[in-house]
Amino acid sequence: MTVVSNSDLVAGTAAVPQASAGSHLSIRGLGKTYGGHAALADVELEIGAGQYVVLLGPSGSGKTTLLSMIGGFTVPTRGRIAIGGKDVTALPPARRPTATVFQDYALFPHLTVEANVAFPLAMRDVARAERPKRVAQALDLVGLAGFGRRRIHELSGGQRQRVALARALLVEPEILLLDEPLGALDLHLRRQVQDELKALQRRTGRTFVHVTHDQEEAMVLADLIVIVHNGRIEDAGTPQRLYQRPATRFVAEFMGESSLIEGRVAAAGEGRVTLETPLGAISLPGKAMAGAMGTIAIRPENWLAGPRPDDAVTIGRATVIDSVFQGATWRVRARCQGIELLLRLPPDRAVSPGDSLDLSCRERQMVFLDR
Amino acid sequence: MSTATADLEAIATRRQAVRGLAFTGPAVLYTLAFFATPLAVILIASLYASDAGRLGGDPGFGNYARFFARDSLLVALTNSVRLAAITTVVSLALAYPLAYVLAFRVPARWQRLGIVLAVLPFWTSYVVRSYAWLLVLAPEGVVNGTLMALGLIDTPLRIAYSDAATVIGFVHFFVMLLTLTIFSSLVQINPRYLLAAADMGAGPWTAFFRVLLPLSLPGVVSGAFMTFVLAIGDYVTPAILGGSKSLVLPQAMFFQISRNGDFAMASAMAVVLMAVMAIAYLAAARWLRMDRV
Amino acid sequence: MRQIRGILGTGAVLALAYGFIYLPVAVLVLFSFHELKAPVPPFQGPTTAWYEALFADPKLMDALVRSIVIAVVSGLGSTVLGFLAAFGLARFRPPLAGLWRFLLLMPLTVAPMCVGIGLLILANGLALPKSLALVTLGHVAVNLPLAFTICLAQMGGHQEVLERAARDLGASEFRVLTRVTVPLLWPALFASFCLCFTFSWDEFIISFFLSGFDVTLPVAIWEMMRAGINPKINAAGTIVFILSLGLVLVGEIILFGRRRRHDRRVEL
Repeated sequence: MTVVSNSDLVAGTAAVPQASAGSHLSIRGLGKTYGGHAALADVELEIGAGQYVVLLGPSGSGKTTLLSMIGGFTVPTRGRIAIGGKDVTALPPARRPTATVFQDYALFPHLTVEANVAFPLAMRDVARAERPKRVAQALDLVGLAGFGRRRIHELSGGQRQRVALARALLVEPEILLLDEPLGALDLHLRRQVQDELKALQRRTGRTFVHVTHDQEEAMVLADLIVIVHNGRIEDAGTPQRLYQRPATRFVAEFMGESSLIEGRVAAAGEGRVTLETPLGAISLPGKAMAGAMGTIAIRPENWLAGPRPDDAVTIGRATVIDSVFQGATWRVRARCQGIELLLRLPPDRAVSPGDSLDLSCRERQMVFLDR
Repeated sequence: MSTATADLEAIATRRQAVRGLAFTGPAVLYTLAFFATPLAVILIASLYASDAGRLGGDPGFGNYARFFARDSLLVALTNSVRLAAITTVVSLALAYPLAYVLAFRVPARWQRLGIVLAVLPFWTSYVVRSYAWLLVLAPEGVVNGTLMALGLIDTPLRIAYSDAATVIGFVHFFVMLLTLTIFSSLVQINPRYLLAAADMGAGPWTAFFRVLLPLSLPGVVSGAFMTFVLAIGDYVTPAILGGSKSLVLPQAMFFQISRNGDFAMASAMAVVLMAVMAIAYLAAARWLRMDRV
Repeated sequence: MRQIRGILGTGAVLALAYGFIYLPVAVLVLFSFHELKAPVPPFQGPTTAWYEALFADPKLMDALVRSIVIAVVSGLGSTVLGFLAAFGLARFRPPLAGLWRFLLLMPLTVAPMCVGIGLLILANGLALPKSLALVTLGHVAVNLPLAFTICLAQMGGHQEVLERAARDLGASEFRVLTRVTVPLLWPALFASFCLCFTFSWDEFIISFFLSGFDVTLPVAIWEMMRAGINPKINAAGTIVFILSLGLVLVGEIILFGRRRRHDRRVEL
């Protein structure tokens, strides 16, 4: 699995980019402009086969536009899309090796489950005798064996989604596109379906591209997360890498929570930067120009409160504003030199507003962000 | 090399446009041919004079001048406007209570049945329905026959063949139409508004005038506009029930064609009729737009 | 106490309203079975003599058939054109869409009489004789906006997603239309047809201007009325009422039945 993204190249913090010859989905220079407004710009993406890819971003970020362009429903203003080495930019949805599961499943209400799933076969004029067998296989795959005769309105939300999946997988697409498929389901069902989707992807071995705004969902499902923000790719990588070493402020705040400490670069060189912050000078690995603005991001669970361990760096003394017990941790807001910090402390470290905490952090758990 | 991407977008946009125009085209062309053209013909014909069934003479506003000068024709116009206005007011006064009762006082189960029943006679033939009113109102009809049989009157009342009969005939039709439109409008009002009003201390009349009536106004205004416009342009009801003493504009137009063969004059009168409708539309549109804010 | 007043008030309004609305219909139907010519109570009968006379009257029977044929043809014409136009505007958003919509809705704002006169002058100018074909053309022109509006209202966003899904699964444009759009929209199409049918077969003024010797039913009834009160008209009116009613109820049941199934679907 390889990823090339602009931010990685600039920040130099991510995996070494490799242009792979066997890339399954290749997007180059993709952009879409509506009237003067650019919904998407400069999208570069290379995805290997068999990955579960999640396009993650807030509403209006352009992730759905990107999905729509991969599926062929929206024509790009510039750029090319190639699937399996073949340029598909000019192809309509019917001729692309993709299949889409739409947000509210788009099942044909006037047809039975069986007729719905068999629809792509009918469109390809597959022999009628052939169809029941393949439909049964597809329904089996999603765990709906025997549901063929039912009408759509008799099905629950989860069942409808499975029918939509069966129908899409029937055409054996190279890439399965899913547009916020879990949005309509309640929380409990959502978790269950997430597991089923992941298992389905493993079972079929196909590339799934899944759009969502829910970062927890992305973390559960994805082999590769692509973060889309304001029409551009902010960052792309494994859930682990994105969480531990976000490339930008947006990613640091969108994926989980962070404390952000801003400052000016006082000195830079040999792979380290020193930032002048309200909390004092902090030195950590990174690359920057002297005099530029920068940010240090620290995950709440990486704060150390109390006597400083040897391998940690002192940050400062903070005053607790409030703390909320959340079962596995205490979620604590504290203020240090006027900056609000977010910490997670172990369940036995109860604190009260007004308490003082000596905060430190291990250098490798601090992330330097230049944007 | 495959098509450049910028071209793709242009091609896709063009294809959409062509498809859209192809689907919309037939209906538009049909309307142009069989609606717009006749209207244009009327406009043009109104500027000429009718001479033994053909149009001739020099173009001008002679027909219009004659129309506004001739009392008998002008009176037809004022009759039309007057009767349409009266019809609108009376129909609203009768339809609103009925719609209100159906929307708020009738149990939900019976609402649909209630409104369907209220509108059912709509589906009798328009011509026959006016005729039915004739049966009711004529000198030898139901009302007079009953009253005479009961000994309450000696000679039949002159109800039929009058403005009153025309209005009755109109109102009967438009009460059904207005009940339907006002009912639809009332039913869409969130009942929580009324609950909130009551909660804040409004009595039933206050709640009606300050909450319900304003909210239902768009439905009322569009219904009233529809009534006025339809009533002004109607020939059948005045012709059957109105008698020949006071004519409305459509009747006058009809006689221009059937008696005088004067298509040009009839055209001019048609243009005047359309102008009146356009004015009514502008008035209603301003009202409606204000309400949408 | 207020409850009782409320119920009495409601009852009074309903009684008066329905009484007024049904008076002419009741008189019409009742006196179609009356033995005497004049519709004066007391009611004497019942007799089916007038209905028999009606069915025996070739002029009226022919007019009835003509009305039905014209209504079917113009209903189909309006519905097809209206549906295609609604589909085109809703799905493809062609240039000048606002203009086309305005044009298609314009006939709603013009009195049919004006359209009738215009078509008459046009026909005269083109030396075309009056005919039922002209009547049909006029009816389509006047009913097209209605069919268009009904179909446009049903072209929702959800419908569009279904069409997109069909394309994704390999359907050609033609198949999208025939396998997805029309089947899903067919209650609206049917309702549109029923309504256009009813308006056409009840239409008087355009038919009057444009039909020659072969007249439609409303025109035939009109001609009968010139001769004075005649219970055959009652019979004709009653039959028209029952037929129109039947058609509307069928349309309503089908549309309503579909909608109920649709609503269940929406509850995910």
